[in-house]
Amino acid sequence: MLPRVFTVAARHEETADTFTLELLAEDAADLAFAPGQFNMLYAFGRGESAISISGDAAEPQRLVHTIRAVGTVTRALAELAPGAQLGVRGPYGTAWPLAAARGRDVVFVAGGIGLAPLRPAILEVLAARRDYGRVVLLYGARTPGDVLYAAEIARWRARGDIEIHVTVDAAGSDWRGNVGVVTQLVRRAGFDAAHALAMLCGPEIMMRYTVVELGRAGMSPNDVHVSLERNMKCAIAFCGHCQYGPEFICRDGPVFPYDRVARWFDAREL
Amino acid sequence: MSEDASAAPRYLERADFDRLLEALAARGYTVIGPRVEGGAIVYDELSTSAELPIGWGDEQEGGHYRLRRRGDAALFGYNLGPSAWKRHLHAPRVKLLEAARDADGRLRFERVPAPQPRRAFLGVRACELAAIGVQDRVLVDGAHVDPHYAARRESLFLVAVNCGQAAATCFCTSMETGPRVQGGHDLALTELLDASRHGFLVEAGSDAGAALLEALPTRAADAADIAAAGAAVANAAAGQVRQMAQAGIRDALYDRLEHPRWDEVASRCLSCANCTMVCPTCFCTTVEDVTDLSGEHAERWRRWDSCFTLDFTHLHGGPARTSAKSRYRQWLTHKLAGWHDQFGESGCVGCGRCITWCPVGIDITEEVAALRALPDPSANGAS
Ligand SMILES: Cc1cc2nc3c(=O)[nH]c(=O)nc-3n(C[C@H](O)[C@H](O)[C@H](O)COP(=O)(O)OP(=O)(O)OC[C@H]3O[C@@H](n4cnc5c(N)ncnc54)[C@H](O)[C@@H]3O)c2cc1C
Ligand code: SF4
Ligand code: SF4
Repeated sequence: MLPRVFTVAARHEETADTFTLELLAEDAADLAFAPGQFNMLYAFGRGESAISISGDAAEPQRLVHTIRAVGTVTRALAELAPGAQLGVRGPYGTAWPLAAARGRDVVFVAGGIGLAPLRPAILEVLAARRDYGRVVLLYGARTPGDVLYAAEIARWRARGDIEIHVTVDAAGSDWRGNVGVVTQLVRRAGFDAAHALAMLCGPEIMMRYTVVELGRAGMSPNDVHVSLERNMKCAIAFCGHCQYGPEFICRDGPVFPYDRVARWFDAREL
Repeated sequence: MSEDASAAPRYLERADFDRLLEALAARGYTVIGPRVEGGAIVYDELSTSAELPIGWGDEQEGGHYRLRRRGDAALFGYNLGPSAWKRHLHAPRVKLLEAARDADGRLRFERVPAPQPRRAFLGVRACELAAIGVQDRVLVDGAHVDPHYAARRESLFLVAVNCGQAAATCFCTSMETGPRVQGGHDLALTELLDASRHGFLVEAGSDAGAALLEALPTRAADAADIAAAGAAVANAAAGQVRQMAQAGIRDALYDRLEHPRWDEVASRCLSCANCTMVCPTCFCTTVEDVTDLSGEHAERWRRWDSCFTLDFTHLHGGPARTSAKSRYRQWLTHKLAGWHDQFGESGCVGCGRCITWCPVGIDITEEVAALRALPDPSANGAS
């Protein structure tokens, strides 16, 4: 339960309320992780928050987190400048099913900050691109200013081996891209529903509709994987806060095969 | 445990009961047991049997608890008070860590050592022993071990008591946790009190228990003692007026997430969290982070929390469980359904505390019966 000390090596502003921290361990040991896992980040005297690892699993010596400042802890993390220190414990939780995705088409669907937990999976797929079939990224953000990793998305697009559609809920006249919800993009994407695997991360309502759209496109629910989120105090299945039906999201998730949680997905206030 | 540890029950005279307390003290145990405080039975430090609730019984019903004189000198003639042993194992407040930040902003963490008191619990009922086992499964038997609980648990000596009577709120027979203790104890006592004698049938449940028993001034229990002890426990089983059918309960609840009964119970529930505080298996906690005035030292504390609070599910955007209905449903379905998936057993041991200490008398057995009486109209194929 004791956090390790990490130092902020670099910091990037992503959007008005979201930033990325690159962290180095004071003990110089790697923090090896699997894409989809998360850490508990501790801001001195303020508390801990569960934050997914958004860096490259092939570079475990450099820990990367993308954080949206929404409350006490995340605002305190937002104040950290290069050289500042914080506590890290982890990694915790389950991973995206990248091994199972080999040889198949891969569909990533992200909403808002949900792109951050998917980024390590996208990086791993792109690094071994030949091992996968067609690769699609569907990404929805509130406004063009809320699009995460815009420069990196442009680089991914330029590779020509990943189909990317970005949409926003609302935009001014200078936005040339899609406007509307991300679920509408499913129909446009080129993938073989019978041999594809989908990974979803975003608001629950967005994932709920995306599951329906993917089903309409012919995908089976057990080929869809979702990353869920709940209040977490301990991340080791003691505090009880993250329970979702019989699941502890910290331990049994955050990444679940959809059919495992389908029973709970439509219940309100679970 | 060796073969003969529990082989032969012994008989201990009431007049010699303090030898048991002395033997525990001589082995370095602080004895924690029942005493009367503020009109209720609580578990606190004891040094002599005179401090036990001698001659007290308890009267319990939904939302009702009162101690009453039994008219005899029984040591264990009551059933259960509001506070479970949980308080002494899974402590209400624990310091988890200390952090220091120097003038250059460099951080340092220090683990807070877990105290390892050497304690004996005296008077642990069968349902409570089962509840300790349930919390063991949560806090020490999983992939992670809670060091604070484990330290308190490891050095524990457990003196159990078989119940000789049931409160109106007890339903341990439904949960198959009592009224006879079923293991996990070091010693088990059955109080034998009639016109001709006052003493205890004593059985060892572990090698440590057998060794301690040998040091007590007992005689071999005879057939009459054993029969009287059996009758006492049978009386506690026969006296249970509440039941909760367990067959199929997990799926029955999972199939009733939108049942109208949840709205009905929510209209009575005050979300006061009493039920979770008195429940011997509820384990949820939250954390508090504090800094001192200098801003150089911070501490992280863990304290009991309840799924009945709004903050419990707070995430950016607000709480996931806004309505009282959703919170009562979470409590009940976790306890009686989800627990089976998580830990392979029920999260309820049938102690009835949540019934007694609910200020509006909401009764878990009655709620389950009402839920199961009708299928969920919104569910397909409800069982
Ligand atoms: C597995 C997982 C992965 C995640 N990954 C990311 C990620 O990569 N990036 C990201 O930005 N976010 C991520 N999140 C979300 C992130 O954990 C939360 O946004 C963050 O914990 C909010 O903490 P805070 O202190 O800033 O906010 P606050 O809203 O201040 O919440 C802090 C805590 O204080 C309590 N609290 C605060 N205000 C209230 C109130 N009004 N009422 C009751 N209680 C209150 C709550 O218990 C809460 O847990 C993830 C969450 C999970 C579970
Ligand atoms: S749910 Fe009620 S009856 Fe069951 S163990 Fe908890 S307090 Fe006792
Ligand atoms: S069920 Fe009773 S004890 Fe529990 S929160 Fe509701 S009113 Fe309080």
